[in-house]
Amino acid sequence: MSNAVTPQSSTRAASALSVGRTVRKPISRDRLTAIYMLLPSVIAIALFVYGFIAWNGWASLTNWKNLGAMPQVGPIRFPAGDFIGLENYGRLFSDSRFITDLENNAIFTVAFLAICTIVGLFLAIFLDQHVKAEVFFRNVFLFPMALSFVVTGTIWRWIFLDLHWITDKNLALIAVIIAAAWQMTGFTMAMFLAALRGIPDDLREAARMDGASEFGLYRHIILPLINPIMLSALIILGHISLKIFDLIYVMTSGSPSLGYATDMPSIYMFQLAFKDDLFARSAGISMIMLIFVAIVIVPYLWSNNRAEKEAAA
Amino acid sequence: MSTPPIALQGAVPEQRKFSISRLIVYLLLVIFAVFFLVPIYVAIVTALKTTQQVATTSIWEPTLSPYFENFGKAFDVLGKGFGNSLLLAIPSVIISSMLGSMNGYVLSKWTFKGSNLLFTFMLFGMFIPYQSILIPLVQFLQTLNLYATIPGLILVHVIYGIPITTLIFRNYYQGVPKELVESGTVDGAGFFGIYRHIVFPISVPAFVVVLIWQFTAVWNEFLFAVTLNSNPSSQPVTVALAGLGASQAGTDYGLQMAGSLITALPTLLVYIFLGRYFIRGLLAGSVKG
Repeated sequence: MSNAVTPQSSTRAASALSVGRTVRKPISRDRLTAIYMLLPSVIAIALFVYGFIAWNGWASLTNWKNLGAMPQVGPIRFPAGDFIGLENYGRLFSDSRFITDLENNAIFTVAFLAICTIVGLFLAIFLDQHVKAEVFFRNVFLFPMALSFVVTGTIWRWIFLDLHWITDKNLALIAVIIAAAWQMTGFTMAMFLAALRGIPDDLREAARMDGASEFGLYRHIILPLINPIMLSALIILGHISLKIFDLIYVMTSGSPSLGYATDMPSIYMFQLAFKDDLFARSAGISMIMLIFVAIVIVPYLWSNNRAEKEAAA
Repeated sequence: MSTPPIALQGAVPEQRKFSISRLIVYLLLVIFAVFFLVPIYVAIVTALKTTQQVATTSIWEPTLSPYFENFGKAFDVLGKGFGNSLLLAIPSVIISSMLGSMNGYVLSKWTFKGSNLLFTFMLFGMFIPYQSILIPLVQFLQTLNLYATIPGLILVHVIYGIPITTLIFRNYYQGVPKELVESGTVDGAGFFGIYRHIVFPISVPAFVVVLIWQFTAVWNEFLFAVTLNSNPSSQPVTVALAGLGASQAGTDYGLQMAGSLITALPTLLVYIFLGRYFIRGLLAGSVKG
């Protein structure tokens, strides 16, 4: 961030060069152009993200179901249904399938994060030992990241069907966790490896000189240094696991015949909206998913924003 | 440690312990590498078997008489989706990267009061579960007659791609020395002049990262593909793959594995040849600044 350019510093520098007055005018006109250029994206995000979330939030407070005529203003249709307050949410939290979904999602998230972080960290540490064929190993651990969850799910379903895990009430969830971890462990490995490579060699040398063992070096010096990266990795993986859909859809469809052993809120939401036409309740699930993700992401974005402000000051 | 004899004494066991731990490191790396390659091995071995062979041989057992027709049959089914995914990905990626570049330029070099907060609000759009905008999105696309069309999906990928592409370009441009931009203002160049003559020419690395990242994302995407598109003739390849090989008569796993490998091929090729940039995009999307 040390070389970040801020408007304050650049205009200050410009006036220091005593050309400030001559470039002032074109800058302010150009600054207006800049805002105009940004405007389409801002409007698109305002409508497609914030507007649609508000729309969806409203829908979740109605009894809108079944396809049919909807009130329409210009190109925007509105949910057809009466306001019923939080009834959909009350219903969801007393719906045993939805409770199962939340439990599954919690187990999935904890296990997926734990495996990706721990295995990813160890792989990164191993690769940081100046091993031969590092590029080969790195590519082997990373290539699943380039695949679609649909591909991953199709292949792993075949393997776990053969092992009879997909059809086992207790093992099906573990099967999808393994498939997800297989795909995303390379991501944490890459992040950790980049962080490890960022630690100056003299620091390691100094610790070794002081008699630190390799284990002690990692435990007391290196791990604390890469903690912020670990937090970033956990947040990125966490938001992926809270909204996991494709992999489950392809591998098990939520295992409806095994008491929804691998069902997730996203799968239930999909079924309610696109199979059962129970739009309002489906919107309710998606709002709950959004709240979970926001709890993880908003403080992260906020602290990033603050950190940048401080760096700029 | 202070006198040579002690250091020398310590060196021999140190040396041995060192090499044993290295052996363990290699051993674990190989074990994990095998685990990571197992699905690809199984997919290739199964894709080369007839349904008969799939039913009668072990999943791990390679066949001595490879049956290549699965690939042809899979492509007959997936070919249309494969083409649709290209028609979808290429314009999405080009438009996304142009928009991202312009946004990143504004948000790094022409910042205004509140622009950082605005950027944070834009970034939030990258993390939301798309389920929370899916129902209104379907309605909106239907009123515009873009539902179940490739242009509709392009629009969706461009819009929801704005946060990540803007982020990558913004971070990249923040590393561009301010003197470079100032030299432009001193020469009398305006907003577009500086972009065209100074910023754009040095943007190639960021463009490569964004093109690869967006291509992979759009190619692999499934949720929008399956919900915004009920029309088989405009379905992307991931949707076609999800429905491949399943019938009343049972599942054709050889066909499914061949289809999986075909679907994976474009992004794998991109990864093999441009992997460095792929990793850069990966890290750029998660570590700010």
